[in-house]
Amino acid sequence: MKTESKLEKVLNSGKFAVTAEIGPPKHASGDGMKHHADMLVDYVDAANITDSQTAIVRISSIAGGVHIKEKGVEPIVQMTCRDRNRIAMQADILGAYSLGMRNLLCLSGDHQKFGNHPTSKNVYDVDSMQLIHLVRRMRDEKLFFSGEEIKENEPRFFVGAVANPFADPFEFRVDRLEKKVEAGAEFIQTQCIFDMERFERFMEMVRERGIDERVHILAGITPMKSWRAAKYIGNNVSGMIVPDALVQRLKNAEDPKREGIEMAIEQINYIKENVKGVHGFHVMAIAWEEVVPEIVERCGLYPRPNVD
Amino acid sequence: MIIAQQKSIQDIASMIEDCNKVLLVGCAGCVTVCLAGGEKETEVLAASLRIKRRLENKPLETVTFVATRQCDPEYIETLESYVKDVDAVISLACGVGVQYVAERFSDKWVVPALNTNFIGGSLNHGEWEERCGLCGDCVLHRTGGICPIIRCSKSILNGPCGGSQYGKCEISKDMDCAWQLIYDRMKALGKLDKLMEYQPPKDWSKSRDGGPRRAVREDVMID
Repeated sequence: MKTESKLEKVLNSGKFAVTAEIGPPKHASGDGMKHHADMLVDYVDAANITDSQTAIVRISSIAGGVHIKEKGVEPIVQMTCRDRNRIAMQADILGAYSLGMRNLLCLSGDHQKFGNHPTSKNVYDVDSMQLIHLVRRMRDEKLFFSGEEIKENEPRFFVGAVANPFADPFEFRVDRLEKKVEAGAEFIQTQCIFDMERFERFMEMVRERGIDERVHILAGITPMKSWRAAKYIGNNVSGMIVPDALVQRLKNAEDPKREGIEMAIEQINYIKENVKGVHGFHVMAIAWEEVVPEIVERCGLYPRPNVD
Repeated sequence: MIIAQQKSIQDIASMIEDCNKVLLVGCAGCVTVCLAGGEKETEVLAASLRIKRRLENKPLETVTFVATRQCDPEYIETLESYVKDVDAVISLACGVGVQYVAERFSDKWVVPALNTNFIGGSLNHGEWEERCGLCGDCVLHRTGGICPIIRCSKSILNGPCGGSQYGKCEISKDMDCAWQLIYDRMKALGKLDKLMEYQPPKDWSKSRDGGPRRAVREDVMID
């Protein structure tokens, strides 16, 4: 193992990994996150803490990581390129590691236009590709972004990145995934999969190039609460595709929430059986964390392996 | 060229509300081409201000002049005789011109009539688009002649981000994704392999982030 990450151990064991997402609140109490961590602790290997997602100010991902770690859940600290320059990023990378964080997920971040501070400046001093490369370099070559030596106690993160098979240009998404792997990404979480056919085409290209053997890909799964939410996401969130059939199925359901859970379970089971090259599942139950245990259990992913 | 747009008449009038006589100085450079501060716009603005003030029973006297360029001290000198007896100077140049006028006539109240927007070009008559981020270290040879610094909302060098869909940027369905354009062009040129090259973090010290910049060409200096 290159790091102390539990997620790395699970992925390297060859078993399906399970991660979830805990969104920090827009206030200064970590109690809700701890509550969600209690709920998830036996059902996931690690949980992402989002970094002011959709550019809305929330408890920081690192502070959130401390809260859930206290409850026994291994954090995956998300770090976007939107809000910090390379100095602040490295300060947070050192700080997060010193607080016991072992997984770092590098991403661009949603544009601030979508958040509650649309007049703010965006930074993008480095991009997600560069962040992946430089965090790996901190670990493997003990170098700051500038190339200066880290004399001792270098941060040794298990480095993750994201891939969006539903964004365009479609073919270049596989190229860009490969570029992220070349830059040093060790695990990949995909955008929420609703268009299974497109995801399968994406994975086919991934396998043709052997990328699945060089990186652990976790398929992004999001249970939907209502047909309106599904339609909204498909129409209004750039880089998301929600097929009409899925919206229709939710619309026709007697109990749409139950149907949403069933659909998520079906998706995971389908991928487990049919889509080679997927090494785990990232269950993003947005503001609906309490359904994760049932989904994990009914997909035969419970109990989680003990790798310690 | 520099693209600028005129401030509202109300905004400009409020800057000179205590003045009785003002000089309006147009510029025959970029702002003439982008129809914001040339001879015609200078005359129209002067007339508009006079009418507004007359309606308010506070008549305003205006003098107009168009400098060849306001970003060159030698052309600012040509203003000297006009500046003497006015209470304020309204510059219809970009921000550079306003500052050159203010610097030269340090005892005068000098105000801007324009908002300086960006460096760009014409799309159609009356429509301009930003095309250069003035980063000081051009990367257009890596990106098929399409600037990711200014045309990508996130200035990403290893794009596109996950928000690119149907050729559009995540921030607006009316905005092309620069990285889709880059991809299409590089594909057409048979140079997609270039996009697989990792582009390291940029040296922003060559941009505004290194502090105000100065360019020197010793070979053309006279003294």
